[in-house]
Amino acid sequence: MTGVNAAGFPILSLLTWLPLVGGLFIMTVRGEESVVASNARWAALWTSLIVFAISLVLWAKFDISDPGFQFKESLSWMPEFGVGYRMGVDGISVLFVLLSTALTPICILASWDSITTRVREYMLAFLVLETMMVGMFAAQDFIVFYMFFEGVLIPMFLIIGVWGGPRRVYASFKFFLYTLAGSILMLLALLAIWYRAGTTDLAVLMQTPLPVGMQFWLFLAFFASFAVKVPMWPVHTWLPDAHVEAPTAGSVILAGVLLKMGAYGFFRFSLPMLPQASQQFAPFMFTLGVVAVIYTSLVALAQTDMKKLIAYSSVAHMGVVIIGIFTFNAQGLQGALFQMLSHGVVSAALFLCVGVVYDRIHTRDIARYGGLAQRMPAYAIVFMLFTMASVGLPGTAGFVGEFLVLVGAFKVSLYLAYLGSFGMILGAAYMLYLYRRVIFGVITRDDLRGILDLSPREVAVFAPLILLTLWMGIYPSSFTQFFDATVHAMVESHTAALAAPKLAGIAP
Amino acid sequence: MNWTMAMPEIMLAVCAMAILVFGVLRKPDPAFLCTMLSLGALVLAGVLVLGSDVGSAYRGLFVVDGFASYMKLLILVGAGLSAVLALDYNVQEGISRFEFPVLILLSTVGMMVMCSASSLMTLYMGLELQSLALYVLCAFARDELRSAESGLKFFVLGALASGLLLYGISLTYGFAGTMQFGELFRALATPDGVSAGLVVGMVFVVAGLAFKLSAVPFHMWTPDVYEGAPTPVTAFMSTAPKVAAIALLLRALEVPFGHITPQWTQLIVLVSIASMLLGSLAAIGQFNIKRLMAYSSIGHMGYALVGLAVGTADGIRGVLIYMATYVFMSAGVFACIIAMRRRGRQLEKIGDLAGLARSDPGLALAMAVFMFSMAGIPPFSGFFGKLYVFLPAVQSGYWTLAVIGVLTSVVGAFYYLRVIKVMYFDPAEPAFDPRPASLSFVAGVGALVTTLFFVFPAPLVAAAQQAARVLFG
Repeated sequence: MTGVNAAGFPILSLLTWLPLVGGLFIMTVRGEESVVASNARWAALWTSLIVFAISLVLWAKFDISDPGFQFKESLSWMPEFGVGYRMGVDGISVLFVLLSTALTPICILASWDSITTRVREYMLAFLVLETMMVGMFAAQDFIVFYMFFEGVLIPMFLIIGVWGGPRRVYASFKFFLYTLAGSILMLLALLAIWYRAGTTDLAVLMQTPLPVGMQFWLFLAFFASFAVKVPMWPVHTWLPDAHVEAPTAGSVILAGVLLKMGAYGFFRFSLPMLPQASQQFAPFMFTLGVVAVIYTSLVALAQTDMKKLIAYSSVAHMGVVIIGIFTFNAQGLQGALFQMLSHGVVSAALFLCVGVVYDRIHTRDIARYGGLAQRMPAYAIVFMLFTMASVGLPGTAGFVGEFLVLVGAFKVSLYLAYLGSFGMILGAAYMLYLYRRVIFGVITRDDLRGILDLSPREVAVFAPLILLTLWMGIYPSSFTQFFDATVHAMVESHTAALAAPKLAGIAP
Repeated sequence: MNWTMAMPEIMLAVCAMAILVFGVLRKPDPAFLCTMLSLGALVLAGVLVLGSDVGSAYRGLFVVDGFASYMKLLILVGAGLSAVLALDYNVQEGISRFEFPVLILLSTVGMMVMCSASSLMTLYMGLELQSLALYVLCAFARDELRSAESGLKFFVLGALASGLLLYGISLTYGFAGTMQFGELFRALATPDGVSAGLVVGMVFVVAGLAFKLSAVPFHMWTPDVYEGAPTPVTAFMSTAPKVAAIALLLRALEVPFGHITPQWTQLIVLVSIASMLLGSLAAIGQFNIKRLMAYSSIGHMGYALVGLAVGTADGIRGVLIYMATYVFMSAGVFACIIAMRRRGRQLEKIGDLAGLARSDPGLALAMAVFMFSMAGIPPFSGFFGKLYVFLPAVQSGYWTLAVIGVLTSVVGAFYYLRVIKVMYFDPAEPAFDPRPASLSFVAGVGALVTTLFFVFPAPLVAAAQQAARVLFG
């Protein structure tokens, strides 16, 4: 262990491995099925709450003026290869660690009553998933990152496949194989970089210039992995399937955290390590981003399944993030990061909103609903707030990110900003259309007449998300300050890398 | 002449014969006792291997070095785990006879000789001893048609492969004038020493060894023999002999034929790619889990050969790590397969695993760990095996091999996932019979090693590194 970090203890390792310890504890629970289920729920909830409480130390002790990695830990792992167990967070990753630790207890609470079979395994899967997510965002070593990045697939595959809907097998296989195919190509890129640099320390790799010709291929390999994860059009098709079949909490974590892994990968690897190739590919990425924004928004407009609609809206929102990342200016990057965070909160909340009515009526067919405002006023208000946030109404979380990205896009090209802003218009169209069909109108179906409003547990689930959405919308600086320094340092080093004389190697 | 260099082999052979005599004289059939004695002999051999000196003996026919010791230990582990697997299986199948552990010991002696072979003649002796004992083991369930068929098939095809190998050896001897590895190496150092006949001989040797390794295109026997042989024998075949064959191939190609690398590299690249492709694609259509594992082993040998194709010390190190992770995964998988027994009947269909996660969560978890690991998903050991063979491939610019390798591993992931799907997603079938402690032990050891490998990879990696350097001494 090199030195003591700001927290005074190896906080990132604790955050990473504590959920797993909780999971192992859950595995030892024995007894009658209902007792086991109840104990597993409580143990999982407490574990995740404690992890969240510890993660708040990151929020408090993070030095916002330092653009580099903080809370560093380092242990010898495979020294002859330059691979170490290195952990650390910088401005880009710190908030995603917090997002992961915040969403996990919400997910566990959200599945309190809706999951009735194999509860112990379910809770175990979520805690393992938390370990993988936190570990991935906290990794400061390429191999450690890759282990967690791939490891996420295992619990998620089981969550979709065991507790999912009727087409769960198809969806889980598609999810797994799509992502595996992408990330295994990244592994080859990783090996090439590893061989060249002799280390897998990310802090060192970011300073290691790579030949332009090599960057081209590496970018494509990274693209294969991250584009699937984001997901970008046209490799997004696994997402609607996975979302529709996954249980509510699975969708929440998928939209809230797992979709951020791809964009995070672009931030962490493609941009700082492959500056020339990123610049070269920017028009390509813009095109895919714009197509995602417009095309998937139109597709969302035509959906009859609530979850599918929100899934497509996620693809559109992540398209905005991609546009932001490849503007290479501070506004664009900050906007992209903010959009990732706000999407993490808002889309998670929207999937929870779907879950609320799905738990009661057991259908996600939009046509089956209507007039819920009469019976569920509190639900209507909550749903309204998140609909507005998804549309990007000023004062909610969704606005700040999209606005900053569009400012960044304007600096690059007027047309890009113009096409990108279509997303906001179409977003308003499909979200309001959804809201009108579900909430407004008159109740025509008998089963809806007896529907109950939010239970205290559901209020407890939504309350933190509402608070976050408004906080992020009204006072975004408390979040942007975390990544301000890092983003500016990134922009500077990117500009410097492009200005530097071209390195050896010829771009194909 | 320093005959003590071969102490572990001699000790093991003497033990095998002593146990045989003991088994014949003692009534009733002391199968359990003989297995325990054999396990003791294997452990003793392991201790002797660990304590053995480095050097060569029998006028250079036999060599003991770090590489041989590493491989021998793996072989002993594989043999030991298989012997444990057979304990209760043989009783349940009514084939519990004392010859079983003795044959495993004899086969192990053959494999250890293969690891230490430093001459084409020693190589052949070891290989034949190993194979003959295996042929008998395959047909061990002599009242069962499939087992007899498997033994016969293995014997006929194995004899053919031995013929190829012997022909290759004779060509090599004829053109180089020596069979000893060191002298061959020196003879081939000059361009004059390399003749077409010699290269043809080398190709035949590789073909013979590829058969033992069940690498494509010499894999045809594998699915049938795997399916027909008693499952503990299948477990044995898929662990120890594979390690021995890889050891032999590595040493034979790197040491005597070290100067004609370009000639054999193309061959290994081709075999490797074909094995990876066939191993992943042909397995998709399988419903019998033993056949599935047969194709899976073909694929795994393809991955291991990637390291050999690269041919550097790093590549060899990758192969060694790969084999170590593979032995534990494979033994564990077969422990799970043997546990598939309902109302006294052994089951082999993948569909029989349906709902195992509900009826036996522990077994399902172990099987899932092995499947994820074989698919190469981190943090399990199978991922590191692949990592260490693909790293040198990328370093040396073998991009074709690396890209085909990772893509076939995605295809492979499909059928491994299907096993997990059957266990976890499908509605439950009636539970299996309670599993004997021997199976839990092997599955547990395999699962623990596979899961926790990532915590302390350094010792194994260092050992493999040291072993690999020996060949390039």
